[in-house]
Amino acid sequence: MIEWSLFSESWPQYAAGLWLTLQLTVFALAAGLVCAIPLAVLRVSPNPWVHGPVWLYGYFFRGTPMLVQLLLMYYGLGQFEWMQAQWADGNRFWLVLRDPYGCALLTFALNTCAYTIEILAGALRATPHGEIEAARACGMSRFTMLRRILLPGALRRALPAYSNEIIFMLHGTAIASTITLVDLTGAARNAYSQFFAPFEAFVFAGLIYLALTFALVGLFRLAERRWLAHLQPRKALHKPA
Amino acid sequence: MTQLSVENLHKRYGDHEVLKGVSLAAEAGDVITLIGSSGSGKSTFLRCINFLEQPDAGRIQVAGEEIRLVAGKNGHLRVADAKQLQRLRTRLAMVFQHFNLWAHMTVLENVTEAPVHVLGVSRREARERALAYLDKVGIAQCRDSYPVHLSGGQQQRVAIARALAMEPAVLLFDEPTSALDPELVGDVLKVMRGLAQEGRTMIVVTHEMGFAREVSSKVMFLHQGVVEEEGLPAEVFGNTRSERLRQFLSGNLK
Repeated sequence: MIEWSLFSESWPQYAAGLWLTLQLTVFALAAGLVCAIPLAVLRVSPNPWVHGPVWLYGYFFRGTPMLVQLLLMYYGLGQFEWMQAQWADGNRFWLVLRDPYGCALLTFALNTCAYTIEILAGALRATPHGEIEAARACGMSRFTMLRRILLPGALRRALPAYSNEIIFMLHGTAIASTITLVDLTGAARNAYSQFFAPFEAFVFAGLIYLALTFALVGLFRLAERRWLAHLQPRKALHKPA
Repeated sequence: MTQLSVENLHKRYGDHEVLKGVSLAAEAGDVITLIGSSGSGKSTFLRCINFLEQPDAGRIQVAGEEIRLVAGKNGHLRVADAKQLQRLRTRLAMVFQHFNLWAHMTVLENVTEAPVHVLGVSRREARERALAYLDKVGIAQCRDSYPVHLSGGQQQRVAIARALAMEPAVLLFDEPTSALDPELVGDVLKVMRGLAQEGRTMIVVTHEMGFAREVSSKVMFLHQGVVEEEGLPAEVFGNTRSERLRQFLSGNLK
């Protein structure tokens, strides 16, 4: 027997949870990508003083579970007196770390940034050497080469791997529910305790995650058709007569 | 007017000296072909001219302006002023053995890229220039294709149009037909022949002896890092003095 009333009565909470999940996913991904592009450039530098710190950052955030990072950020930092003093002073910047929303967003952004750096750095390293030589030979400055040749090529090559990162991040935001936030998973937990119908409560959330994932996969298929046309077989270019 | 002069160029990789003092002077309209067996240093010489490789010693002048050099730590020469090198590189356009087109750009974008983003030409003018040069190399109909969708011969002609769009003082060709299927070589050589007839200054590293004999104003034969023989094609091919060149030619002329 399925508890149908769960669906009809608690959908507004699910909708609110979905809205929070989307916010966390989109803002974290946007911030992570914006920071990852310059950091990926530093990551492929031959100078160890330049690529070392970026490597270390990635090593920490890719080497520990995101749940641990989130708990450290939300519960761990408040243990330090210095941090408590900042909060007592009402310092706007540090107050973000007392707020579960701020902690979740910051953790997710730092986490996805670390993974995105590695994806982009790999794509940058895969630039054919001949393209770099051609750019040097026609008198391009290093910055122009980066802006016009290296990054546009690398961002395109990174697209399939990055679409995975986006899906991981969407699903990863579920752990925001462990620090009091009512995202999609949080809404499901609340519905579970309200109706004592765990199967329905979590299936509802699962179906919404599934629909979102399929929408994302479809979007990336379109994006790849648009931006990766130069890697696809020739027939893709021929329009039917 | 001397478009390019290279004096006494030396280059070594570790203990192996690849170039042992090679000089070259190209007047406007000269077509100089460099021939020699693989390992003779001819490609290295060409790549040292625009500093894709760092020479160890020598002087290079492009259109009367000398590239300012200082000695680096490891004995290589270093360019004193990166901006000057970038400016002079725009005067030396290069065509590579493996085309080296930018894969994420269409044919037209490949040809307009450097004029717009290096020379600062307006987009409209760059486009007009690009279309004219693509037309000249016979490939205007492919302008919206990506390089990977073209044959090698078509890609190399795009690369030639890309070089021409810089309106350089000297065109450098690094074995432009060596990576092509035999039936595609002719298209590229025909384009190069046309450029030579227009009076463009060209330095061509090649294995195409027919091209060297018929098109060039001067032939240089490199052997183990030195110029073993040089002169008009009729002298070099018709009245060969060096025994090594004779051996090389007997292996290359069918």
